[in-house]
Amino acid sequence: MLEGLFDILLSSSFWAAAIRIATPLMFGVLGALICERAGVLNLGIEGIFTAGAMAGWLAVYLGADLWTGLLAAAATGAAFGLIHALLTVPLGLSQHVTGIGVTLLATSLAYFTYRVYLPNVATPPRITPFQPVAIPGLSDLPFLGPALFQQTPLTYLALALFALAALVLYRTPLGLAIRAVGENPAAVGAQGLSVHGLRIGAVVVGSAVMALGGAFLTMAAFNAFFFEMTNGRGWICIALTVFASWRPGKALLGALLFGAFDAFQLRLQHRLGGVVPGQVFLMLPYLLSIAALIAVSRGADYPKALMVPYFKGQR
Amino acid sequence: MTLALSIEGVTKRFGTLVANDRIDLALHRGEILALLGENGAGKTTLMNVLFGHYVADEGSIRVAGPDGALASLPPGSPHAALGAGIGMVHQHFALAESLTVLQNVVLGTRPLSAPHLGLRAARAKLERLMGESGLHVRLNARIANLSVGEKQRVEILKVLYRDARILILDEPTAVLTPQEADGLFATLRRLAASGLAVIFISHKLGEVLAVADRVAVLRGGRKVSDQPIAGVDRRMLATLMVGREIGVSRRTLREPGPPLLVLDQVSMRLPSGRAGLDGVSLTVRGGEIVGIAGVSGNGQAALAALIAGMAEASAGSVTLAGKPLRASPRAAIEAGIARIPEDRHAEGIVGPLSVAENLALESLDSPEVQRLGFLRFDRLRERASQAIAAYDIRCPGPEAPIRLLSGGNIQKVILARVLERDPRLILANQPTRGLDVGAAAEVHRRLLEARMNNVGIVLISEDLDELLALCDRIAVMVKGRLTAPEPVETLTLERLGLLMAGHREEEAA
Repeated sequence: MLEGLFDILLSSSFWAAAIRIATPLMFGVLGALICERAGVLNLGIEGIFTAGAMAGWLAVYLGADLWTGLLAAAATGAAFGLIHALLTVPLGLSQHVTGIGVTLLATSLAYFTYRVYLPNVATPPRITPFQPVAIPGLSDLPFLGPALFQQTPLTYLALALFALAALVLYRTPLGLAIRAVGENPAAVGAQGLSVHGLRIGAVVVGSAVMALGGAFLTMAAFNAFFFEMTNGRGWICIALTVFASWRPGKALLGALLFGAFDAFQLRLQHRLGGVVPGQVFLMLPYLLSIAALIAVSRGADYPKALMVPYFKGQR
Repeated sequence: MTLALSIEGVTKRFGTLVANDRIDLALHRGEILALLGENGAGKTTLMNVLFGHYVADEGSIRVAGPDGALASLPPGSPHAALGAGIGMVHQHFALAESLTVLQNVVLGTRPLSAPHLGLRAARAKLERLMGESGLHVRLNARIANLSVGEKQRVEILKVLYRDARILILDEPTAVLTPQEADGLFATLRRLAASGLAVIFISHKLGEVLAVADRVAVLRGGRKVSDQPIAGVDRRMLATLMVGREIGVSRRTLREPGPPLLVLDQVSMRLPSGRAGLDGVSLTVRGGEIVGIAGVSGNGQAALAALIAGMAEASAGSVTLAGKPLRASPRAAIEAGIARIPEDRHAEGIVGPLSVAENLALESLDSPEVQRLGFLRFDRLRERASQAIAAYDIRCPGPEAPIRLLSGGNIQKVILARVLERDPRLILANQPTRGLDVGAAAEVHRRLLEARMNNVGIVLISEDLDELLALCDRIAVMVKGRLTAPEPVETLTLERLGLLMAGHREEEAA
């Protein structure tokens, strides 16, 4: 029994699956992190996932190539991000309520659009998805090669975005300004920078990145659009952001950890499905996530101005 | 002297309120100009206009460039103000706590499109500036780990780093010990000597006289005086600031009564790492005012919460007139403890409720206020009308929502609520913070009156002049410990300052 578990953990196909499952979460948690580092909680993420999944799939279904589809998804995410930002930043509305509103709006619009194009279809039509690309040289490495370097281009894109985000956040004046605006917007305003401009920009970019996570679902995982396909992944990303203490490196780790839990439960279900009800395994990654959250994020160093609106000339 | 800044006929209105009325102000290089005035006199508005947070309705501002030529400043742009060499140190620091000193200083100084932060050059420049100005801080330290005085140094360094020629400080000594304030004054004089023009906003007369070359007094939005410091004295400035002579209440000698509130070796730990209490002993007798001095954040909040029954001691005992005091706000109220809370807006009142309702908040059980669980609105109104007359509360009427009142009038409502209950002990926490001189004098008069009526009073204050004027004895709070109270007759400002800075008895003596 125990030996069987170790076999799972040591197989490269398990880790390949873990990374594949983690990819949409990587986009999601990075997007959420960018928004929250600037001080805006974006609970629109669940809907933005769905809208991104829909937009990317639809563009390709209507004849665009995959990369154009991806761009369509990002643009859709950016648009919903702009709605969220305009309501919460200059107007200072409740970020919770607005975010949930954006989620409901984006989800419903995605379903509506789907039905407008396909009024009477029982089985969702498939598209030709992104195919795995083996990185020459690296994919031949033992263990690591098949696990990491034979993924779809979207996984490589997610990893590259993490590197870029970390670089910008910690090494450039723009990143410093974004971190400062999430800590104390008055400090940023007093230095002559636009607090609202920085926050709106961060939410728009973060939301575009979130939408790519949704696009992964339809364009590299399921190859079609289903209702309820986001299935809480957006909410998981919000929790992972806390787990990561708002740091890109830990966020990547968190997404991978969750992917691994999920891949692990799939395999356990396979082996023990006859003995234990499958729902127990489905629950497993969430339980483990909660445990990890409790262990890691107590007293986390959160952005001090998260969810605090800023109005000029008021302190 | 060359002109650094010229404010000409600036008027700023908010609705019908004229916050700045045709104000002219000139500032020269190498000069420290004090801008003196009560709260609401228009000092902060004027500086916000200068710094581009507000746009003036009339008038113009001209600033000297590096070559000394005056150029007009585009209104409504902090960016333009910074570019023209104006730097401002706000009363509430504008620092990001989790970032380092260096990061806070370079924030916004490079274009956002720049590929890197240029930290090496920034560090070199800052080290040179620290050497020249004598303002030393550890550049890699996180702001959260700095003391208040150090944070203020960072704020000034931020201004110097941008090569500012004009430095504005808004109430800079509010958070400092007297010794730290002296250090700040020395720094300002050194900076002025090197050619910097400084505007020093304050409502404290003593420090204006100590540091400024020239003083401009604002009252009701107008400039009422502008003259060299050599020709003025304390009394003259106070009269200019308030517009009339202020009657000062004096403490009359009396024998205090028997011990009322007794704290014996009380300790209290707070989970958040804020200062708790560490073996605090204190006796307050009826008819005396015991002052608690100290830099804020040294455990005063914990002491206030303890006395008000809002927190429980982990060790030691608290008794009132010989009976142990339970840790419950209700028990404290029933035992005759009344409190004037530190943050009157957050803990003293309920903003949307009327003046009458706020006055009744602490006596909801009394038959005066309710019958069979229903509020007696006629009685509430009547009581409120009496209080409004007796305490000179300026408001539209008993039904007006209390949030519409000014800070001074809100404080009078709280004072009325406290005194109407005939308390045995009053806990007054920063009772005059942010009040104008007139309202503060009224609070002082009422507290001294209560003292004559055998009420014991614990007065927690950061205003040492206030403590020395009102208290019979003063103790100092440092890092959760309380020094033995000393009779005010033998205390001096210098000694209090040393005790506040944490010097031990023998060193301070």
